Amino acid sequence: MQTEPLLIIRDLKTYFYTDGKEVKAVDGVNFQIYKGETVALVGESGSGKSVTSMSILRLIPDPPGKIVNGEIIFNKLDLLKLSESDINEIRGNEISMIFQEPMTSLNPVFTIGEQIMEGLRHHHNLDKANARKKAIRLLQLVGFPRAEDIIDEYPHQLSGGMRQRAMIAMAMSLEPKLLIADEPTTALDVTIQAQILELMRDVKEKFNTSILLITHDLGVVAEMADRVLVMYGGQIVEEGDVYTIFESPNHPYTKGLLSSIPSLNDDKDRLESIEGTVPAAHEFPKGCRFAPRCGEKKLSICEEKLPQLQEIGNGHKVRCFLYERVEA
Amino acid sequence: MYKYILRRILIMIPMLVLISIIVFTFSKLAPGDPFTGEFDPRITKDILDKKRAMFNLYDPPYKQYLSWLKNVLQGNFGVSMRFGFPVSDLLAERIPNTLFLAITSLIITLIVSIPIGIISARRPYSLIDYSATTFGFLGLATPNFYAGLIAIYLFSIQFGWLPAQGTITAGADYTGLALFWDKFKHVIMPASTLGLAQTAGYMRYMRSEMMEVMGKDFIRTARSKGMPERVILYKHTLRNALIPIITLLGFEFGALVAGAVITENVFSWPGVGTLFLNAVINRDYPIIMAINLIIATMVLVGNLLADIFYVIVDPRIRYD
Ligand SMILES: Nc1ncnc2c1ncn2[C@@H]1O[C@H](COP(=O)(O)OP(=O)(O)OP(=O)(O)O)[C@@H](O)[C@H]1O
Ligand code: SF4
Ligand SMILES: [Mg+2]
Repeated sequence: MQTEPLLIIRDLKTYFYTDGKEVKAVDGVNFQIYKGETVALVGESGSGKSVTSMSILRLIPDPPGKIVNGEIIFNKLDLLKLSESDINEIRGNEISMIFQEPMTSLNPVFTIGEQIMEGLRHHHNLDKANARKKAIRLLQLVGFPRAEDIIDEYPHQLSGGMRQRAMIAMAMSLEPKLLIADEPTTALDVTIQAQILELMRDVKEKFNTSILLITHDLGVVAEMADRVLVMYGGQIVEEGDVYTIFESPNHPYTKGLLSSIPSLNDDKDRLESIEGTVPAAHEFPKGCRFAPRCGEKKLSICEEKLPQLQEIGNGHKVRCFLYERVEA
Repeated sequence: MYKYILRRILIMIPMLVLISIIVFTFSKLAPGDPFTGEFDPRITKDILDKKRAMFNLYDPPYKQYLSWLKNVLQGNFGVSMRFGFPVSDLLAERIPNTLFLAITSLIITLIVSIPIGIISARRPYSLIDYSATTFGFLGLATPNFYAGLIAIYLFSIQFGWLPAQGTITAGADYTGLALFWDKFKHVIMPASTLGLAQTAGYMRYMRSEMMEVMGKDFIRTARSKGMPERVILYKHTLRNALIPIITLLGFEFGALVAGAVITENVFSWPGVGTLFLNAVINRDYPIIMAINLIIATMVLVGNLLADIFYVIVDPRIRYD
């Protein structure tokens, strides 16, 4: 594999404190992202994907949230230890984000151009004329033929797909090394989805950016990702390259997710899906967090102890007692 | 947009007519007329009858109304039944005073409430926030006349800092800065009193608007771009939080002129409000009608201004 990781996350714990309860939204997450790769973070709703991604740039609302433990190493710096003004130099500049809702993620009272230009002017000290030129070039790059007009339009004048293109232009404007995309296509209809994914691939090629792609659409994962992280109950339960995850998933949860994808040559008239729901993050079971829904022949230890994420070969890691090496 | 404004202005005309009918009906329903309660023994019943006849008070009410309307349409507001002066002269003298009071009050409201609202939103549940909340409830709960009396007691009687009445020191002929300062000292207390409830309300409103906007997705986007806190607060948040506030301003203006009736009387401010209260007591119909028309016009124009402001500050709103 590649040499030096671009981003290393170690034992990240992000908790929320509401109504006197401690909600362990992210509870001991470890992973790395290498230069130029696309890593998909998948999992059902509520598994902690967004909280993980927002923790990287310290965008968790505090209160009620708090990063209580961990290290996030980027460029040999621990982002969690930076001052507010130092992390602002990373935000947008080195690491940028796009969000699920292109409708609400852009400020309704400023033009598209203003919102792209403010980052350029702040981080790169461009003057107004140059920032505008650059913004027009970026808008052309993300596929606006009438970029000179679009730049002066307000978000509400654009369709959802166009807004997401504008978000991508904004996120790429400072040529970040890492782009975090939190469900960038979920709110869009299928044809637009495909176009946006295509655009993200182009942009990634052009800038050699790494991408952390959050999604619960395994079709998107298959199309985009080099590696996959499967998240459940605030933890990573399986990690591997995209072929391993699709061809030989090991964790019962991953298997469940995969078998819930509808397939064209499938003549079953009902989708198989995992029964039950993600447990609320303040009342995880004592043992394996997946145990209440696990369809495998469970071991007795499953409900007693929390399994650890262990490497079972070639970067493939699983958090399940069925694969845990027997210890002396 | 221009068509829209024109249409709105045209709609005002029937509304004003309707309002004048209602006001006329109610002032006629009130017992008495300008000449009841005249105790001067030299003014005999005959003289009173003649006076009443002169002002057409023996005509059926609808006739009286129509002749009033006809005159107003020709720009003639009539003559005060009580004092004999033309109503337009009385108004020309007093409207500037009331506008001065209302505008000053609005400026004070904005200068005080917006910064405090922002500070409260930035540090909710801090000492400043709690003090502002307390002041806010007091401000909303205290009637204007009461607040005015307390202010006079404190700042005029106890400390002697501010004049208790009038718009300017009688007899003094100040010019330039001294004149400005003298006017300022006279207006500050009535204007603050008049704007008390508004200031309290705007403060709370600003706080909750700011807090709501801070939780929006686009603020998170701005943060993720590494924009400094100052830009997040004063550009992205404030610009959105001000939209409903600016819109309210239009409505507030009409309300301020109406609210001036009480405050002006407390501070003996020679504006439309003092004139109005006297006119009501004396049943001086031409004055009552004219002032009501002015207040109604202010409210309607204020509402129109609110809609126009809305288009200016919110790019999403368009009227065609
Ligand atoms: N602002 C918040 N306050 C309290 N709890 C929160 C907050 N944000 C997230 N959580 C909790 O964190 C947990 C994980 O949420 P997260 O948004 O990361 O899920 P997700 O995997 O992104 O799901 P989705 O697919 O629905 O986006 C949830 O159980 C939620 O209750
Ligand atoms: S540890 Fe046990 S309960 Fe958990 S996934 Fe594996 S088999 Fe299922
Ligand atoms: Mg999410």
